[in-house]
Amino acid sequence: MASDVETQVPAQTDTRLVSGKKIPFKWVAVFIILGLFIPYFVQGYVAFQGTLIMIYAVAILGLNLLTGFNGQFSLGHSAFYAIGAYTAAVLVYHLDWPVYATIPVGGLVCFVAGFLFGLPALRLEGLYLALATFALGVAVPQILKSSHLEELTGGVQGLDVFRPAVPEFLVNNLAMNMDRWWYFIAFFVMLFMFWLAWNLINSRSGRAMMAIRDNPIAAKSMGINTSLYKSLTFGLSAFYTGIAGAMAAIVIEFVAPDSFTFQLSILLFIGLVIGGTGSIWGSIFGGFFILFVPNFAEEISTGLSYAVFGVILILVIYVMPSGFAGLVNILSVRFKKLFGAKTS
Amino acid sequence: MNTGRKLTLALAAVAVMGLASGSALAEKKYGPGVTDTSIKIGNTDPYSGPAAAYGLIGKTIAAYFDKINKEEGGVNGRKIDFISLDDGYSPPKTKEQTRKLVEQDKVLLVFQGLGTPTQSAVHAYMNHKKVPQLFVATGASKWAQPKKFPWTMGWQPSYQTEGHLFAKYVLANVKDPKIAILYQNDDYGKDYVKGMRDELGDKADKLIVAEESYEVTDPTINSQVIKLKDSGANVFFNVSTPKAAAQAIKKVRELNWDPLFLNNSVSNSVGSVYKPAGLDNSKGIVSLQYYKDTTDPSIQGTEAFKKWKKFMDTYFPNGDQSSSFTTFGYLVAQTMVQVLKQCGDDLSRENIMKQAANLDMHPDMMLDGVDIKTSPTDFFPIESMQPIKFDGEKFVPIGDVIKGGS
Repeated sequence: MASDVETQVPAQTDTRLVSGKKIPFKWVAVFIILGLFIPYFVQGYVAFQGTLIMIYAVAILGLNLLTGFNGQFSLGHSAFYAIGAYTAAVLVYHLDWPVYATIPVGGLVCFVAGFLFGLPALRLEGLYLALATFALGVAVPQILKSSHLEELTGGVQGLDVFRPAVPEFLVNNLAMNMDRWWYFIAFFVMLFMFWLAWNLINSRSGRAMMAIRDNPIAAKSMGINTSLYKSLTFGLSAFYTGIAGAMAAIVIEFVAPDSFTFQLSILLFIGLVIGGTGSIWGSIFGGFFILFVPNFAEEISTGLSYAVFGVILILVIYVMPSGFAGLVNILSVRFKKLFGAKTS
Repeated sequence: MNTGRKLTLALAAVAVMGLASGSALAEKKYGPGVTDTSIKIGNTDPYSGPAAAYGLIGKTIAAYFDKINKEEGGVNGRKIDFISLDDGYSPPKTKEQTRKLVEQDKVLLVFQGLGTPTQSAVHAYMNHKKVPQLFVATGASKWAQPKKFPWTMGWQPSYQTEGHLFAKYVLANVKDPKIAILYQNDDYGKDYVKGMRDELGDKADKLIVAEESYEVTDPTINSQVIKLKDSGANVFFNVSTPKAAAQAIKKVRELNWDPLFLNNSVSNSVGSVYKPAGLDNSKGIVSLQYYKDTTDPSIQGTEAFKKWKKFMDTYFPNGDQSSSFTTFGYLVAQTMVQVLKQCGDDLSRENIMKQAANLDMHPDMMLDGVDIKTSPTDFFPIESMQPIKFDGEKFVPIGDVIKGGS
C-alpha cells in the first residue's frame, strides 16, 4: 500500500506528514474475515477469552493514544476502566438501562473524567504525571468500597450485571449464542475504535498530538494549543478505556472494586509496551499477551507464576525492544530487502 | 463337610457380590468429569497477588487428595483429579478460570473457590450452568440460599452466624449485659452486628448501649473506644481487622476499662494481634473457635492431631504447620471426600448437591462438639463454635460449645 501513496504525491515531502497513511485494506479484510469465523470454530470459553482480548486491546489502544502518540504517562488507567465498568453496572443494576446503551455512556463519562483529570495534571510532566495517575489508580478501588457510595456501588460485594438474551432471529439464523454474540459486539466495537484511532492519528489533530510528544516547545511555537490537546488526549484515552471497562463489566457480568486494582494499570502498561508503543494494531497483540501469558506462566509453575511471567516479559522485551508491531516492521523490511536482492 | 460349607459360603458371597455390583452397575450415573477411575474437581485460589497467603489452603487440599488417592486408591475406586487454578484474587480472572474449569476441563464441580468478590463473580454463572459451587471459602452469608441458589454452598461459619453465637454467649454468661460494639464499616462488620442484633431480637436496642464504626482506612480507633467506654457498657464486642483490633486492646487497657472483651475470629490471632497489643493486655479476651489450633500444646496429644501431623509430614512437608490455613484445608478436604463417598456410584451433579445437603459428620481436627450438619433447607455446614479464652499464652476452652441454627 505504501507504494500507492508514493505514486500519488511528489517525492520531496514525507507523505505521512501531508496526507496521512491509508488503511491497508487487504490486511484489514483478511483480519475481519478471520475474526468473523473464529467463534464458530472454538468453544464458548475460548470465544469468551477472545472477547476479553479485544476488550483489553481497546483499553490498551486508549493508553497508546496517550503514551505512544502523545508522550504522556499514565499508571492510573485501571481507574478509568473501573469508572467505565461501574457506569455500565450502575445503569443496568439500578436504572434497568439496556446494556448496549451503557457502553458509549461509560466511555463518555470517562471522557469527562479524563478531561477534568487531565487539566490539573497538565502542570505535571513525565514522572510526576505518572505518580499523579498512580494515585488515581490506587484511590479508585477504595473510593468504590467507601461507605458513602455503598448504596450505589454495592461496596466490597460488587454488583451483578445481567445480560439480556441474544436476539431471537440471530439464534435461529446464525447459530448465535451468548458468547458469540458478545464476541461479535466486542469485535465490531474494536474495529470501530481502531478505525477512529487510525483516522485521528492520520489527521491534523493526530500530527499535533505527535508533535507535542516529539518536541513540545516546537509544537507550541507552531501554534498548537498544547494544553488543550493534552487534556483532550487524556480525555480521549480515558474514553477508550471506559468503553473497554463498560464492555468488560457486561461480559464478566459482575463488577467489584477488587477487579480494578493498580495491577490492572500495570497489565495495560505491559500490553502497551509489548504490543508496541505508537502502533494501533499492536494493541491486539498486547491484549493477547496480558490474557494468555499469565495463564501460561501458571502452567509452568503455580508458586512462581509471577517470576515466570517476569522472565518471559524480559525475554520478549529483549527480543523485540520496539514491541510486537516494531518486530513485524523490522521483519517486513528485511523480507523486502531479501526479496528485492533476489529478483534484481 | 467343612469344605462344603466353605464352598457354599464362598458361592453365597460371590452371589451377593454379583448382586451388589449388578445393582451398582444399574445405579451408575456420571456427571461430566467422572469416569470409572477418576473424578475431576476444579478450584480457584489466589496463588499470586496480594491475597497469595490464602493459596496455602489450596495446596493443603491438593496434598490431602493426593493422600486419599495414594492410601485409599481414591474415593469408591475413583481417583480425585484436582485442578486448582490461580485467580490472583481478581474477579474477572476468577470468571475466566472458572469457565475454563467448567467448559474446557469439564470438571464435575468447583470446590472451595476462595474470596467473597471472586466467588460473587461466578455465583450466577454456576447456578445458571447448574454446576455445584461447593464449600466456598468466604464468610459472607449469601452462600446459603438453597431456594435462590441451589447450586452454591458455603462451609465456614458466616460472620452473621458468629454474631449470633456471641449474642448467645453473652445472654448465657453475663448478668444484666450492656453491650458496646466497635465494627468496621463494611459488609463484614455489618454482618457481625446484624447477627448479634438478630439473636438478641426485641432486646437488642436495650442491651446494645453503644455502637461505633470505623473506616478500614482510619489510622486509629481511639476516639471510638473512648466513646464506647463512656456508655458504661460491661461487654465490649470487637469486630475489627487485626491492626484495629490490636489498637482496641491497648486502648481498652489504657483506659482501665474492664469489660468482657469479645473478639471476632477475623482478629483471633496471637501473632498478628495479641503479641503487638501486648500478651498481658490480651489476657481474658474471649473468642470463638471451631477447629483445633495446632499451636495449642493441649491438643498435641490427641489422635486427630497425630493423624494431621503425619499427613502434613508425608504429603505436604513444606507446608506451614503453625498456620491455621493448613488445618482449614485439611478439614474442608475431608468434607469434600465425605460428600463423594456418600454419592457412591451416582456422581451426577444433582446427587452431589443432594449429598452435600445431607451431611452429618465430625472431621478430624474439628473441636469436640462442633459438627458439620446440612439439610436441604440448611446450607450452613458449621453453626456451632467453642468459646475460648486467651490466658496470655494460649487459648483455653471455657464452657460448652454454643450451638446455633435457631
